[in-house]
Amino acid sequence: MLNDELRANISQLLTNTSFEEGGEWPTLTLGADELLPLALRLRDDDALFFNYLFCLTCIDWKTHLTMVYHLTSTKYRHSLVLKVKLDRDKPAVESLSFVWRTAEFHEREVYELFGVDFIHHPDLRLLILPDGWEGKNPLRKDFEDPINMIRL
Amino acid sequence: MFEEQGITPEGDLIVNVGPQHPATHGVLHLVITLNGETIKKVEPHLGYIHRSIEKMCESLSYRQFIYVTSRMDYLSAHINNHACALCVEKGLQVEVPPKAQVIRVLLDELTRIASHELWWGAMAMDIGAFTPFFHAFRERETINDIMEETCGARLTMNFMMPGGVMQDLHPNFQARVKSFIQQYKHKIGEYAELLTGNIIFKNRMKNVGVLSPEDAISYGCTGPTARGSGVSCDIRKLYPYEVYGQVDFDEILETGGDSLSRYMVRIREMQQSIRIIEQLIDGIPEGDFQAKTKAVLKLPKGEFYQRVETARGELGVYIVSEGGTTPYRIKFRSPGFSNLSVLDRIARGGKLGDLVAMMGTLDLVIPDIDR
Amino acid sequence: MWSFSGLATGIDAWLTQRFNPALSLTIEMVLAGIAVITLFAVLGLVLVLMERKVSAWMQIRLGPNRVGPKGILQSLADTLKLLVKEGLTPNSADKLLFNFAPFLAIIVAMLLMAPIAFAKDLQLWDLNIGVLYISAVSSIMVISILIAGWSSNNKYSLMGAMRSGAQIVSYELSAGLSVLSVVVLVGSLQVSDIIKSQADGWWIFKGHIPMVVSFVTFIIAVTAETNRAPFDLAEAESELTAGFHTEYSGMKFALFFLAEYVNVFIVCAVGATLFLGGWMPFHIGHWQGFNHVMDYIPSSLWFFGKTFLLIFVIMWFRWTFPRLRIDQLLNLEWKYLLPISMVNLLVTTAMAILGWHF
Repeated sequence: MLNDELRANISQLLTNTSFEEGGEWPTLTLGADELLPLALRLRDDDALFFNYLFCLTCIDWKTHLTMVYHLTSTKYRHSLVLKVKLDRDKPAVESLSFVWRTAEFHEREVYELFGVDFIHHPDLRLLILPDGWEGKNPLRKDFEDPINMIRL
Repeated sequence: MFEEQGITPEGDLIVNVGPQHPATHGVLHLVITLNGETIKKVEPHLGYIHRSIEKMCESLSYRQFIYVTSRMDYLSAHINNHACALCVEKGLQVEVPPKAQVIRVLLDELTRIASHELWWGAMAMDIGAFTPFFHAFRERETINDIMEETCGARLTMNFMMPGGVMQDLHPNFQARVKSFIQQYKHKIGEYAELLTGNIIFKNRMKNVGVLSPEDAISYGCTGPTARGSGVSCDIRKLYPYEVYGQVDFDEILETGGDSLSRYMVRIREMQQSIRIIEQLIDGIPEGDFQAKTKAVLKLPKGEFYQRVETARGELGVYIVSEGGTTPYRIKFRSPGFSNLSVLDRIARGGKLGDLVAMMGTLDLVIPDIDR
Repeated sequence: MWSFSGLATGIDAWLTQRFNPALSLTIEMVLAGIAVITLFAVLGLVLVLMERKVSAWMQIRLGPNRVGPKGILQSLADTLKLLVKEGLTPNSADKLLFNFAPFLAIIVAMLLMAPIAFAKDLQLWDLNIGVLYISAVSSIMVISILIAGWSSNNKYSLMGAMRSGAQIVSYELSAGLSVLSVVVLVGSLQVSDIIKSQADGWWIFKGHIPMVVSFVTFIIAVTAETNRAPFDLAEAESELTAGFHTEYSGMKFALFFLAEYVNVFIVCAVGATLFLGGWMPFHIGHWQGFNHVMDYIPSSLWFFGKTFLLIFVIMWFRWTFPRLRIDQLLNLEWKYLLPISMVNLLVTTAMAILGWHF
């Protein structure tokens, strides 16, 4: 299977990898500092060639945040999911906008909706929220808006 | 944020295009830096129609949240619903009856034609030709009438549900779709006469907003936008869902990368959609239009990702489930969001008139970008 | 045949009988002014309605059909609406120039009415430099647009005005050159002379291919000069929202709107006069019998028929063509139309000297 080959390939690349079980695609969990070097290797390695970041998002687990990167290769058509655990109070991770340009917009969205700080992002400003937005990040689980939010 | 006079230190003019502007077709706000007529920078500002659908979905059950997604890309509402239904089915591991699969694909393709028709008219209007808009709407109205008869709605269909579709097709459906196909084949020549073959139109489109294949992939462009640059990215072909694997159709690729290529991809794609409908319309299988599902759906703990091809590109639905009746986190990877991000890249150095041509051929739907 | 000269001389005789010459001249001028203003208003209404009906016909819809029989009162209702609307002046605008610009536009359009022969002997002022007067006065139009765009203090308006300035100034050249080719053949700038010279056939038929070329050049150039699609870059609603008149509302906007349509009428009338014989009926050389039959159709009908045919062509352009880009627009003029019309003028001159035309 495509996924098994990929797992083997990546295991060669990294020494202590741990793939998450279940899920459609192989999933790697990394530390925040490991992300950028690995991303560059994933993109530039000819056998892996992950040139397309098709989804970038964040999940608020109440105790910590998890960044999720969905990668695929337009050449080999294999996909990989990268996960990065972040501290909830001061989340910061290296920006991937130089690796995959699409990350620039997606990271700006995550920045304002989850408050994750992307280091070395070229243009980290509010994209969706109005200028001068103060207060909590809307997609965090503890966000409350007594006026506009309707609970069902 | 902007200087008081709207002029940069280099003497360039800063112009706000939108949020209310005839060319943005919605509430997109672009801040463009102009040197004379030449664009130096395009900066999108979003959020004017952000309804926080992702947050809303966190408090809606798996049956309810599908209907909110019709309001994302309202021109391919059906396909949005389809993506959500497929994602929930993936979690539930429900087998969809063949009849429902065929109905879904038929309605998807009709939606795609309707969406491309609207794009065609609106794009023509952007570059100054008014008449195509009305001609496009003639065909679109026919599709909307067919949709209304079967789904009860013309724009936000809400016809899909986990396990199948809401009801059976209307008895008139087959006959009306067939007559639509006849009508459409008759009219497609008119489009070429009216716009595609026009010399002014060709000059406006050729070599405008050239997007290289590498950029298209790196910026995450999908759908006709990327296929105009020769990037094969049709989810229907690459990761077939429903009966797309069994029908015969071509993935349209153009290699120019300019606005004209993107235009031609969409025009030719409409004909492929007609081809798919023609293959399926006579062989709608007998049987149930719904699989048996529980009244209250509970997805197992885990993560589910489903991608489908909407009229604008790849729509991804990412559901993170904690095992409850509502999604813990849901993310919609909308095609318009990534396609918009490339605008600055391709618009630089172009003329102001080119910008509307580029925005037209990127086919931006603002609620899809904002969600 | 009944003609308008009888009417004019009758009024003149009646007035000079009763009043002293100075007063009667004043009264005649007032009458002429009232006639022009009435024609102006009627033309505006008719052309707006015509545009809407033509566009509806091209766009498979009905167009206005509620106000009055078949919707013919629609433009009257629109005018009424515009009349009662408030004419806003932006705070930061140059108020004097802002309010002056629409009037300049309308004054130019009115001045252009003077040398146009609407029918046999129906002409306000048959001055001996008629054609020169038309091209001179029509170029003042660009000033009103520039004033409007500049004084609005709006970036869209300014850009629209600048585009319009570049466009009108360039296209004036080829329009002027194609007008000149007729003047060369006729040997006179007077409008009545030009029409008289077409008594044995219109110039578009008499002048061989060079006349056809200059007719086509003329139509393209005047479409651009009047800022009509596909050359409506000064308005370009998908790029500049409304271009130079973005900030105008109410009657001030209506004046621009009216001026546009009257300008379309005038350029088509000029085109009809120069190339299609004005009020001159369709005559073929020395076929006396045929020419005599044609003379039975009133001359005013000939003039308005030809003019409205040209107006229809210009409307047809608008509803079927996409808009050009600014650089393509200027390329078209400076790289194609101008050289073509220059060569064409040369050929026409040779033709006129050698007497090769009919």
